[in-house]
Amino acid sequence: MPPDPPTPSREFLNGARNTLPILLGVVPFGLFFGALALEVGLTPIQAQGLSLFVFAGSAQFVAVDLIRQGAAPVVIVLTIFIVNLRHALYSASLAPYVARLPFRWRAVMAWLLTDEAFAVSTPRYRSTDLERAHWHFLGTGLALWSCWQLSTTVGIVFGARIPESLSLAFALPLTFLAMLIPTLVDRPAWAAAVAGGVLSLLLRGLPHGLGLVLAAVLAVGIGLAAETASRARRPGEVGHDQR
Amino acid sequence: MTSAETWTVIVGGMVVTYATRLSFILLPHPERLPEVFRRGLRLVAPAVLAAIIVPQVIVLESGQAEFFGPRPAAALFAALIGWRTRNTWLAIGGGMIALWILQALGA
Repeated sequence: MPPDPPTPSREFLNGARNTLPILLGVVPFGLFFGALALEVGLTPIQAQGLSLFVFAGSAQFVAVDLIRQGAAPVVIVLTIFIVNLRHALYSASLAPYVARLPFRWRAVMAWLLTDEAFAVSTPRYRSTDLERAHWHFLGTGLALWSCWQLSTTVGIVFGARIPESLSLAFALPLTFLAMLIPTLVDRPAWAAAVAGGVLSLLLRGLPHGLGLVLAAVLAVGIGLAAETASRARRPGEVGHDQR
Repeated sequence: MTSAETWTVIVGGMVVTYATRLSFILLPHPERLPEVFRRGLRLVAPAVLAAIIVPQVIVLESGQAEFFGPRPAAALFAALIGWRTRNTWLAIGGGMIALWILQALGA
């Protein structure tokens, strides 16, 4: 007789425990976000509102940055959408495992589907006994969610005391730079990044921050073209990172 | 930005973000994802991040582009640290310290 699958509470606690190492990386970003949001002029409620309702670290930094630059709200929302499009990949990866769950479970899991939750849950879903693996995901997701909310709050409370002369706003592009580097895994990714940077510089005169959106969309097209070209050069070779 | 505009960003941001996360979880046949869509999604992050970074590093408050100056140099330094160490915090910290030193020297 096979051993019983882990109980829901066992799965939940394992999910939360497996998240602990990554929380060490999440906390400083939450603190940093709370502090920066106030620095660009958001109220504490608005800053916490972004963490509560959007709950997506990089998109929140982008939103705050565009608010600072005075971009139009619609353009900011569009940019958040583009920045978060990668979640659709996670959603596609998770979908086969959750197809049999009731809608309320899938709705909650989708809400908690961040980069970090996906990273921590992927090994669990590649393992066995998936009967109650959604409880593992819930433990991971709630650990990340509460940690992000708390660290944002602490950042809001203590971040307001950072002096202006430190040019802290420059930490934003540096943060994005640090996020960019690990994505440059091959030639098409480089092509997309170079095109995005150059086009955004050229199109920066467009109103309401639209240049950024347009540059990003065109750059993805250029990256795709580069990928097609490199495949044509080396037939038979499968592209990297195909999930 | 007015309070109503900021809340538009927050609520709109919530809706579009949740839509990306829910997307394929709601689809009846998630395995039928068009190939070009998968390939394109992978390139979104480098494209959009670079598009955000470059003007902020290079363009001054006046709107002039400045390719040689404290900000581009500090960003280049941060990129080098990030590249070598793969450590986000070292890259940000190193870039900020480089900026402060260069600004102090220039002043």
